[in-house]
This record gives sequence, C-alpha cells and structure tokens, in this order.
Amino acid sequence: MQYNSVKLDFKDSKGYKVVEHWLQKRGWQPFSFQYETWESIWSEKHGLVNAPTGCGKTFSVFLGAVIQYINEHPNDWQTRGHKELYLLWVTPLRALAKDIVRAMEEAVQEIGLPWKIAMRNGDTETTERQKQKKNPPQVLVITPESLHLLIAQKKHLTFFEGIACVAVDEWHELIGSKRGVQTELAISHLVHNSKRSLLVWGISATIGNLEEAAEVLLHPVRAQSWKLIRAELDKRIEIISIIPDEIETYPWAGHLGIKLAEQLIPIIESSRTTLLFINTRSMSEIWYQKILELAPQLAGAMALHHGSIEKELRVWVEEALHQEVLKLVVCTASLDLGVDFRPVDTVIQVGSPKGVSRFLQRAGRSGHQPGAISKIFFLPTHSLELMEAAALKSALSYQHIEAKQPLQLCFDVLVQYLCTLATGDGFEAEDAFKEIQNTFCFQDISQEEWHELLHLITKGGNSLQAYDEFRKVEIEDTKYIIKNRRIALRHRMNIGTIVSDALLKVKTIQGKYLGTIEEWFVSKLEPGTVFTLAGRNLELIGMKDMTAIVKPSKSKKSLVPSWMGGRMPLSANLGVLLRQTLNLVHEQSFNDWPIELQALQHLFEIQQDLSHIPHKDELLIEYIATKDGYHLFVHPFEGRLVHEAMAAIVAYRISLIQPITFSIAMNDYSFELLSDQPLPIDELDLYSLFSTKQLLLDIQKSVNAAEMAKRKFRDIAVIGGLIFQGFPGEQKKARHLQSSASLLFQVFQEYEPNNVLLRQAYQEVFDQQMEEQRLRQALDRIQSSEIILKKPTRLTPFSFPVKVDGLNRENLSSEKLEDRVKRMQEQLKK
Amino acid sequence: MQLKEVEIDGNKWLLSSNRVLFWEQQNALLLADAHLGKTGHFRKEGIGIPQDVYQKDLHRLFDCIHFFQTKHVWIIGDLFHSHGNKELDLFLKWRKDFKKIEFHLVKGNHDILPKQWYEDANIQLHTKEVVIGNIELTHDPKDYVDPEKYSLSGHVHPGVLIKGLGRQKLRFPCFYFGQKQGLLPAFGEFTGLFTIETESNDKCFAIVNHELIPISC
Repeated sequence: MQYNSVKLDFKDSKGYKVVEHWLQKRGWQPFSFQYETWESIWSEKHGLVNAPTGCGKTFSVFLGAVIQYINEHPNDWQTRGHKELYLLWVTPLRALAKDIVRAMEEAVQEIGLPWKIAMRNGDTETTERQKQKKNPPQVLVITPESLHLLIAQKKHLTFFEGIACVAVDEWHELIGSKRGVQTELAISHLVHNSKRSLLVWGISATIGNLEEAAEVLLHPVRAQSWKLIRAELDKRIEIISIIPDEIETYPWAGHLGIKLAEQLIPIIESSRTTLLFINTRSMSEIWYQKILELAPQLAGAMALHHGSIEKELRVWVEEALHQEVLKLVVCTASLDLGVDFRPVDTVIQVGSPKGVSRFLQRAGRSGHQPGAISKIFFLPTHSLELMEAAALKSALSYQHIEAKQPLQLCFDVLVQYLCTLATGDGFEAEDAFKEIQNTFCFQDISQEEWHELLHLITKGGNSLQAYDEFRKVEIEDTKYIIKNRRIALRHRMNIGTIVSDALLKVKTIQGKYLGTIEEWFVSKLEPGTVFTLAGRNLELIGMKDMTAIVKPSKSKKSLVPSWMGGRMPLSANLGVLLRQTLNLVHEQSFNDWPIELQALQHLFEIQQDLSHIPHKDELLIEYIATKDGYHLFVHPFEGRLVHEAMAAIVAYRISLIQPITFSIAMNDYSFELLSDQPLPIDELDLYSLFSTKQLLLDIQKSVNAAEMAKRKFRDIAVIGGLIFQGFPGEQKKARHLQSSASLLFQVFQEYEPNNVLLRQAYQEVFDQQMEEQRLRQALDRIQSSEIILKKPTRLTPFSFPVKVDGLNRENLSSEKLEDRVKRMQEQLKK
Repeated sequence: MQLKEVEIDGNKWLLSSNRVLFWEQQNALLLADAHLGKTGHFRKEGIGIPQDVYQKDLHRLFDCIHFFQTKHVWIIGDLFHSHGNKELDLFLKWRKDFKKIEFHLVKGNHDILPKQWYEDANIQLHTKEVVIGNIELTHDPKDYVDPEKYSLSGHVHPGVLIKGLGRQKLRFPCFYFGQKQGLLPAFGEFTGLFTIETESNDKCFAIVNHELIPISC
C-alpha cells in the first residue's frame, strides 16, 4: 500500500497517534503485546495473539484494525461515511458478543470514529439482519454458525467485499472442535474471494500447541508473513483445597460434593463477588438450591448462569456482575470465556476441572488488577478428587498445559458446507476444491474423496436408479446449486446443529419461554412430574411439538434434569501428574505429603488393607465378584480417553480366549470390565493383554466388536444432514422424515458400509478415542511396569468410583447374539 | 428363517422371523407397518438413505408369499410410508405379476394415498376394524372396538428389552401376545422400535437375526 512507503515508522502514523491520544486521555498504557499486534497489523502481517482473559486482548486486534482504517483514510476518517464491513469478529459464544460490542462501541465513540458495531447470532431478529444486509456495519461480531448462514445467502460476497480483517476470538475454544473446522472453512472462503488483501488474526488463551494453533488458523494465508505474539503477563495463581472436616465419611464416589457447601459460606461472605464453577448444569441447579437454603440472606444477591437458561436472564446476570450487585453466581462453562467481570475476586471450582488449561482460565477470572494473585478454591466432589487438586498444584509449577489437536478431514462438516455454498450462490467444483484444500483440515483431501462427496450430495449414495428421485444439490451447467426452496430452508435450519443437542424448549402455559432441556430427560418424565430449571420448581403439564409445557410448582421434591454435555475427560497431562502425585505416598513420609494426600490417609489405609496402592512403575488390577457379576478393575491413571481405548483392547483380547460379553466403563483413574461369567483370571497372561503386538489390527477389531462408531455417528448424521431436527413450530410437516441415529447406523452398516459419513464415524473413533500413538505409549509403559493382580473381597476405594459412576458404557461381545439372548433367559429362570 | 407356533383363542398362528404371521385356518399372511417407499420419501427430500433397504423389504415380502403359498395378504396398516413416489412404481410393477393374490389393507395413519391409487393397485382398503372369526384387526391397538374379540394390531413397532447380569441389555423387535391384545413387529427394516412392557403370562418372541426366541414375561 502506498502510504507504507511514505511513512516508515508506525509510531508516526496518524492512526497510532489518534489511538495513543485516546488511551492517554483515559490514563491507559498499552501492554507491549497490544502494541506489537498493532504494529504487525500496520505492516500487513497476519497473526495469533496469545493473551489470557482479562488483560485487554480484545483491544489488541480491534484497535489494530481501527489504526489501520485511520491510516488508510488519514484525512477524512472522521467524516467519510464508510459503507462497508471492515472488521469481522468471530466469537464462539453468543453470550460474549454483547460485551464485546459494548467495549468496542465505547472505544470508537470516544475516539470519534463514526463506526457502526453490530452483532449477529442465533438470537438476532430477522429485521435486524435485513438492516445489516442493506446497510452493513463496519464491525460485525458473529458466531461461526451465523457466519455460515451468511454464506448460505445469495450474493453474500457483496456483503464481504470491503472487509480488511477477520479476527477469531477464543480460538483455543474452537480449535479441535467441528465448529473450529467450520471457522477454518469460512476463513478460507473469505480469503479465496477477497478482492483486497485480507488480514487474518486469532486470539487464544494459552494451550500446549500454540504454534500449531496459529498454523491451523492461518493455513489459507500461510504463504504470507505472520506472527505469533505472546503476552508475557505473569499471573500468579494460588490453589486452596477445601478439605472435608470428616474425610472418613466423605463419599468415595459421586459428583456432588454438596456436603461441603457449608464450608463455602464464609468464603462467599468475605468476598466481594464469587464465581462458583460447577461442571454440569444439573449440579449447578442443585448447588444453587443448597446455598440458598444454607444462607437465605444471599437471596437476591445470588444468581444462576448456565447455557440452558433463557437468554434474557443470562444477560441480566452478566450485567449485574458488572454492576457489582451480585455476591455469588453459580455457573458452568457458560461463564468460562471471554469477558471480564472485574468485581470478581473469588473463584471456587467444584469438582475436577478435568484439565489444566481450563483450571488456569477459571482461576484467572479472579483478581484482575495487575500483579494481583488469582485465588481459586477447589472443592472435591469425592475423596479421590483431592488427589487431583494436589496434581493441579504441581501442574502450576511445571507449566503442564495440554494441547488441543486440530481435526482433520471432517467430511460431515464438509458435506454441510458444500450444501451451504450450494444454498447460496452455488459453486463450481474446481473453485470450491481449491478453497477447501486451502484449509488445514482438508489439506490432504484426495481427488477421489472429493468426487465421492460431490456424488453424495448430488446422487445420494446407493440407489435403484430407475426408481429414484433423490434430490438435494443439482448441477446446472457446471454449477452445483440447491434450487428446491424447502430443501434450502431445511439446510439453513441444519447449520446451527453442530452445537446443539436435541433440545426442547420449556415454556409456561402462557407461552413464556424459560429455557431448554435435553430431550432424553423429558422423555422419561410423566405429566405431573416436578423438575428444577433455572432455580425454579416446575411441573410438567405435557409436551407439544418440541416444547415442554410447564407450570410453577410449590412441591418440595423435584427432579434435577441432567445434561449429557458437561462431562469431559481428564487430559493426559493431568493423568501423568496424578500418577506422580499418588507415588508420593510411597516416596515421602507422611509429614511431607501435600495436605490433600494427608487428608486422604484414611482412604489409603483401606485401599492398602483390601488391596494395594500402586507405585508409579506398577499397574494395579483388581478382580472382584459382586452380585452384579465379575468385575475386572484396572487402574492405569491415564485419563479417560486412554482408558477407553485400553479397555476395548483388553476386553477384545480376553474375548478371543472364550466367548464372553463385557460391559465396559471408565473414568479418569480406572476402567472396569464387567461380565456375567467368571473370567479365567489365573490362566490369563496379563502382560500379553497389554501387549503392543498386533496393536493396530486389534484396535480395528475391538472397535467393530464394541460398536464404538455408533455413538460417533449420531453427531455426524445430524451435521451431515441425515437427521432432520425439524422446523421450529412446524414439526408435523416433517414427521415423515424422522429417524433415529441408531437406526440409520444400522441401515448404513448393512447396506452402504462404504458411505463417507459412516466411514468418518470409524475414523473419528480411531483418531480421537483409539488414537494408536497415545495407546501405544501407555501400553509400553505398562509393559515395563510390574502388573499387580489382587482379588479383594469387596470393592476398594480405587474401584468404587468407576463402578458407581463410570462413563460411556460400551458392550463388547464375542458370543453369538442368539446364544447370548438364550443365556440371559436362562439366568432369569434361576 | 425360523418358525414358531402359537395358539391364541383357538387360532393357530405361525410366526416367522421374517416378521410375518401365517394364519393356517384362513390361509392368510398377516403383517403390519411395512412403510414401503420410506427410503424414497427421504431421498426426495435430500436425505440419502440407501434404497437397497427397500428392495430387500420387497424381496422378503415376495419370499414370504411364495413360502406360505398364500392367496390372501392382510396388511394391518402403514403399508406405505407417505405420499406417492417412484419407489411405489416398483411395488406396482411387481403387484401386476401377482394378480391372483388378494391384498387387504386395514388403513393406518401413514396410509394417506388417494383412494383411487389403492383401487388401481388392486388393494382392498378397509377404513374400519376388520373382524375375522374371533379376531379383530385394527392398525392402532387403541382403536380396538369389541372386547369380546381378541385384538391384533400394528402401529407400535414393538421391541422387547432383555436384561441380564453384568449390566447387559439388548433390544429386539418382537411379536407380542397379551391376554386380549397382540402386536405384530414392524415389517419394514427401516423403522424404529418402541419398547413395550410385558406382564406375566403374556407371550413374547424376540426376533434375533434369523431366529425367534421366546422371552419369558
């Protein structure tokens, strides 16, 4: 650009001077990472800013764009009415959009820049959307889904014509997810079709693979120069464990921790504002009730915030946090991201945060003043979780932060995206292929796979040609386009489905919207049942279309809805730390143990008494018979993901020895294989069960035997457009198009095993659940350890949690189905 | 294919793992919820379900007619899934080759084709309950009229849940015969399952691959 050659120094640029003047007026000093970002944008670089929440990360890229704009129009930036979109701001959470817009609006107003800032997401009214189209704002804050919806519009490229910069906020939340892939595709589309040079910027909290995260985001512009900017802000974090007074009676398993609620009241009382993070929405409801019961004086000064609560209420909570009128907010991951709530000075984490970076982020929500120590209280929900607290503490000193692996070749997202393009202006195959190949996710897509996808969206897989009327994407001359309005409409409805589960709205008889609830939970309720939502007790009157109709209830007894979403696996890093922490029991004398371990002494004694406490070079296996059957408990302390893979392999290998059926469960510490028949435990060569020989082959066979792809297929079928979730309020018309994911899985498995989407379900299992490298490492470690087999007479403290609260039950069987049913019948007769 | 015999109120019925019931005294083949044309209906709306499912359903229907050498086929509702489509042409083509076989359809909620269509296809449409001897046929078991008769219906797509030790659970389509009412499994393969509750003394047969396994209730 011309002015670059004239003005050599960024500091002398008009834009910088304007912004600097404004900052001075406000009494602010830019952080060096902010300055660095502005300068990089000025020199037309792309980049990724790594900065934690609460230190002005928004202003790094945003003010960079402002400076850039002023520099492009140094003489008339205040007066020229700019008519085009200049900065596109992608954020994963709609809850954040409002705060970002507000911060930006304040800034441009004070700077004197006549920019319009707007947002667009699922909550945006149609009239507002049309206004945006006619009269584009200069900054648009948008979610990845809404961005795709824009791309699904005719002539959308005109809207993006003048765009100079696209910023992706909270990139660490997106990378590794399908919404991240959606974002990659949209960016590649914008870069590919941009007439001017478009700058791509990301903002990310710290993750283990920042460099890679930048490469993924910037893949479409990788040939140009880019920069990774790290904010070197030293934030000290202190973890304080809340230790039960009577550890002996504290539960061995479970996930509530409610017994400790009383110990929280003084902490809340002595703080200005406290955020209480709970892992799942259902538990947050319980906690809210419990605290209200223990400290009624907090009524009015406390609130509940989670993703299923109606938007208005959430927004109110967020506002109230800013205005310091709340003393306590009980929240879930919905408050995890982005904006700062400055008054927050205390953070309490209930239950394991399941990962180091998430924990750090939450801790960072308190103590925003520079130099302040972020304090986070950790409240265990069962005894063994205290070990996690000790492990997290050591994570802080070692800076163990996990990586987020980017996804590759997500064909379900691509199928959806191609239909998105076809719904909009249509696409030329060659052109679209280039655009797609330019993303990190699809850089390795083969010609063959590409043609297969085109075939799928135009021909719909296996058909009886003469009797087929498949219709989705049509080819007009050389252009791929969706012409049928109903199919286009249905596709647009489907775009948002990457995030949402089958959710039902909850409304009163009068029609007031109260929130959402998962379908499978409601399906278990009878009319008249009372359940809790958003802190209120509600009685179910009935179901109408996709809405649960309720009325307020005074009943004291109520069910708490469960949401499946909230449970996440412990990261592998934390697993290693757990093993190291446990080993301290052997390495050190009691007085040197971290206080969390000291508190667990009683539990360790019982474990040692009944069975054994493994050293770090040992693997403990416990074989226990109960009235439920025969349990094999294995305790590798590797995190749930590794356990899932290992459990499937071990179950498969045992099933080769004799026809047997296992039910598999796992948590972050252990896995369990449960059978209705005794295991030939003394004849088993334990080491060979954990061998790395033939690993790849055995992985494949165990995945098939355990039908692991079935669960993956659900999301894929929804994203790939096989399951239609219905028009809101128009369910009846779509009724003949309903089918379940498990039925589809069965049908494809039998009649079209080669289908791209079905293959992807298997690929996801291999890549994500059964990742060979990770499993091999864990098995190698076991091969060089000593395997200790114990046969305790009853359940041990180590085995109890996985038995009562293990996740992801999968079955693996080597028996003929017919024989299995007959034997189950026999057992009943006994 | 496996066969099992049941006797209900003096009627001898042969159940087949191919999801049909053969009534010896009447020389009639009974089935419910075939949902023919369902894959085509989905495909027309852009959802690419493999049509081989449909083709196999049709073959299974012909096989059953041949095997039992029957002249009367009774479909207890939901023969077709939705509006007309090309897939139904394949059914019609085949129907013409079997002119001598009587087709009776006890209308179900999915049977929404125009009357003329059934006439052209040589299918006798019954819009109300049908009584044969001491058996009453309705699509929806809720429409059961005469408590003196034994009711046989479809609509439910019955499935039976079998639980075993070691947290084992399996679900299969089934034939179900209660004290006063019986349910046929859905004939079509591209159909869902609804788990039914059984009471003691009921009779239930799970369809497990190609076997029929009596389930103790």
